[in-house]
Amino acid sequence: MSPPRRIDGLLRELAPQVLGAVTRRCGDFAAAEDAVQQALIAAAARWPDDGVPEDPRAWLIRVASRRLIDHVRAEIARRRREELVVSLVPAADQLAPAGDDDGDDTLVLLLLCCHPALSPASAIALTLRAVGGLTTAEIARAFLMPEATMAQRISRAKQTIKTSGVPFALPAAEQWGERLAAVLHVLYLLFNEGYTSSGAELTRVDLSEEALRLVRMLHRLVPDDGEVMGLFALMRLTDARRAARTGPAGELIPLDEQDRGRWDKEAIAEGVALVTAALSRGAVGAYQLQAAIAAVHDEAPSAEATDWPQILALYSLLLQMSDNPMVALNHAIALAMVRGPAAGLSRLDALARDPRLADHHRLDAVRGHLLERAGDRAAAEHYRRAAERTTSTPERDYLRMKAARLDGEPR
Amino acid sequence: MKYMLMMHTPSGGPYQIARWPQQDIQVHIAFMKDLANALETSGELVSAEGLAGPDQARRVRAGSDGKPITDGVFPEAKEFLAGFWIVDVDGPERAYEIAARASAAPGPGGKPLRLEIEVREVMSAPRDRAE
Repeated sequence: MSPPRRIDGLLRELAPQVLGAVTRRCGDFAAAEDAVQQALIAAAARWPDDGVPEDPRAWLIRVASRRLIDHVRAEIARRRREELVVSLVPAADQLAPAGDDDGDDTLVLLLLCCHPALSPASAIALTLRAVGGLTTAEIARAFLMPEATMAQRISRAKQTIKTSGVPFALPAAEQWGERLAAVLHVLYLLFNEGYTSSGAELTRVDLSEEALRLVRMLHRLVPDDGEVMGLFALMRLTDARRAARTGPAGELIPLDEQDRGRWDKEAIAEGVALVTAALSRGAVGAYQLQAAIAAVHDEAPSAEATDWPQILALYSLLLQMSDNPMVALNHAIALAMVRGPAAGLSRLDALARDPRLADHHRLDAVRGHLLERAGDRAAAEHYRRAAERTTSTPERDYLRMKAARLDGEPR
Repeated sequence: MKYMLMMHTPSGGPYQIARWPQQDIQVHIAFMKDLANALETSGELVSAEGLAGPDQARRVRAGSDGKPITDGVFPEAKEFLAGFWIVDVDGPERAYEIAARASAAPGPGGKPLRLEIEVREVMSAPRDRAE
């Protein structure tokens, strides 16, 4: 059973602060993380009946520390049995006073959980538990995995961090850029995981909302970073279209067919303000450019009124910055919207020579789209080929429908 | 990314393994358990099941009243699905690696069986967003 939403929100807000404080005291991130998880579970079980304690943060730190001491005592007992040596100071005396700066601790935690030594899947799982305050069971459910497997994944991630010897501290200045980029990448993947997930159950944790919450928090902690602003804006502007993005049966509705009245205007306003502020700072990054593109779409009153020349210019910039084949494909679409389908199609011919794209279903999907715009019935064949190769159920259904619609039209 | 690894075994009676020497059967079972443990420990195992033999299989269709019509036993099947794993891994290469490991399960005399394993990605939601 899950606790009421208000308590749940409070616990997840406090989770990284408590974990930061406990890790600082004991110096062992892995053990502290286990102890805090137990404290959170205890709070979720007791607070709904007993009421929220006066100082919930202190309550959690106390309970987590107690669990940690139990753990250390058990460890000592184990070593005593095994080695007959007692060399440790009584556990309670080891506890150093906590640092006061919770914000820094949360940032340190995020950087630690998204450490480049971890695979993205492991980093996401660990971030959701240690910084997001979710239980292993909730994370497992969100990824449709057995809880035991997810627990194992998290514990291995912690082991990797332990053996890599990363200190629980902010990285040195020369590493800062790389480490922050890793955090942004993990949050971006987490957001996409939720944004694209289908068949949401009521119990399913909303991964996009969690990514948004974390990037908002990161923005609060690092308010001057343009790419953090850019990613925050990108998520806000993309999430703004969520309600219009799927039909009643969960089917995909493409951008140009969405009911724009259902877009979240408040989210768009916030996203636009963020990306405008970020871009005016000078050094432009890839997330800012993607956010700027999303903003152009979001501000168009209708699909026809979209400012495609501006989108094309932004994709050209993005293309110079990254060698991403998906960016190249989107650039070709923008080109077709500005100069006509033929220009886009000849661009696709060039892209088809890229081995990363040659067999990709999206190349066929885009080709089908541009051929359809050109009035060429060969489009249906490309939609069908794309449908055969995609591994996404909603996308497959959508592409099959497009092909069937073209086949059904009178010649 | 989730993948299903399907282990097909050739016909020649559903329970060939029952005719192996006891030692070989033990080695085979231990191997399969080790594989499942290793995948669970690495945080990659979603599920793994062995299936009952094809002589237990029924083909089912809905009748005009929507009730099931079942059809017979198929001992003549050339090859059949004996079991499967579902793994959640970083990419196809890792799925193939696991499949190759399963394929080399020890058979009679401890020799690798080199069974054919079909690897299929599990359908999901769209992964790379475009607009």
